[in-house]
Amino acid sequence: MKETVARMRELMEKIDRPVRLMEVCGTHTVAIFRHGIRDLLPEGVLLLSGPGCPVCVTAVRDVDTAIAIAKSEGVVLTTFGDMMRVPGSGKSLFNAKAEGGDVRIVYSPLDALTFAEREKGKKVVFFATGFETTSPSVAGTIMEAERRGVENFFIYSVHKTVPPALKALLESGEVRVDGFILPGHVSTVIGTAPYGFLASQHGKPSVVTGFDAQDILSGIRMILEQLAAGAARIEIQYTRVVKPEGNPKAIAVLGECFEPEDAEWRGIGTIPLSGLKVREAFGHRDAAAVLRPEVRTENVRTACACGDVLKGVKIPTDCGLFGKACTPDRPVGPCMVSSEGSCAAYYKYKAIEGMKL
Amino acid sequence: MCLAIPSRIVEREDLRAVVDVYGARREINLMLMPEEVGVGDYVLVHAGFAIQKVERDAARDALKVISSIIEEVSREDRNAAETQPVARSPRGRDAC
Repeated sequence: MKETVARMRELMEKIDRPVRLMEVCGTHTVAIFRHGIRDLLPEGVLLLSGPGCPVCVTAVRDVDTAIAIAKSEGVVLTTFGDMMRVPGSGKSLFNAKAEGGDVRIVYSPLDALTFAEREKGKKVVFFATGFETTSPSVAGTIMEAERRGVENFFIYSVHKTVPPALKALLESGEVRVDGFILPGHVSTVIGTAPYGFLASQHGKPSVVTGFDAQDILSGIRMILEQLAAGAARIEIQYTRVVKPEGNPKAIAVLGECFEPEDAEWRGIGTIPLSGLKVREAFGHRDAAAVLRPEVRTENVRTACACGDVLKGVKIPTDCGLFGKACTPDRPVGPCMVSSEGSCAAYYKYKAIEGMKL
Repeated sequence: MCLAIPSRIVEREDLRAVVDVYGARREINLMLMPEEVGVGDYVLVHAGFAIQKVERDAARDALKVISSIIEEVSREDRNAAETQPVARSPRGRDAC
């Protein structure tokens, strides 16, 4: 670890200007705080959190739709636990449950499928959130539902994909980033090819990185090596888990069930082809098409800066609500709800450990 | 969060397997696995599916780190649960 830190100092002397790196994945955000990585970095290296927290980027309208589904007659909505407190335009799934909506927490979409098999009289909908780490599991569950002939199982997909979001960030020109710390487990599935444009079109060195302290320091060192040499490539630091080709089987199953569509990201807006829609062949599993939930989403305006935080334009402490009107106990925006959200991570470490931000 | 947890296969039958992770047993699905795996192998598990094979030593190292992150996150979730009467489960996900 010491050698890595010493090498980073040398590289920064060579680069001779401040360097801004974006960690795309929310788990990296937490790991960077947990390992105290910022304290080990040379002067001039700034880490920005990116849009890689699925809870944080789920649009208000999509939460409202999930709530409308949960309140429909004869329907059970199943979800990962971390979506429960995320605010829609008025309420969260937690509120909907308190008001009589049938909402159940599951660990896996397969648990939702098994539940549907048991409760044949109900329509069981899985609220499908998450990036490419998660979406193949949902695709696999749809296949399994077909195989087992479970007719009352549906999904409401708000899945998102990482590369289009990075493309949109760079093309917006709003954020200055010199390189990307790419997500470890999303890349286990998609491999490195989908990130090629970061280097070839935008000249940004980017490294798929693991989650322990040495992984993260090595990933950052590898980006600095490229910057110092004036190079831009996509590299893998996390070679013990990630292969350049990703997981072809998972990619195939994903492609069989879903096709890309434009998707709305909370605080960011619509990003072309960054969402996953259930393919026509599985249209009978698509809760949005089958149940046609009626949703009235009101535009809620608050001073919440989640959107700018997710884009790396602001850091959480730049937001006027941070730590005052917005805390993990009473979150205004989703970046404070999720334990992987940047605001929650900043709040915790600023408040509790006074760590360098 | 999209954490995926390295888990050891202790039973296997077709595409179903039972894994041991931190002493707990869970049934998982092998449909997404790009290569053949058997009893004793470690696989990365996310939301009930194995998504990649992991070498034994790498898996053991990763388990240490991941348990510390999960501990962190679930402690926060416990704290949140004390102030909000809601059962929060960790997402069956291990890092993005």
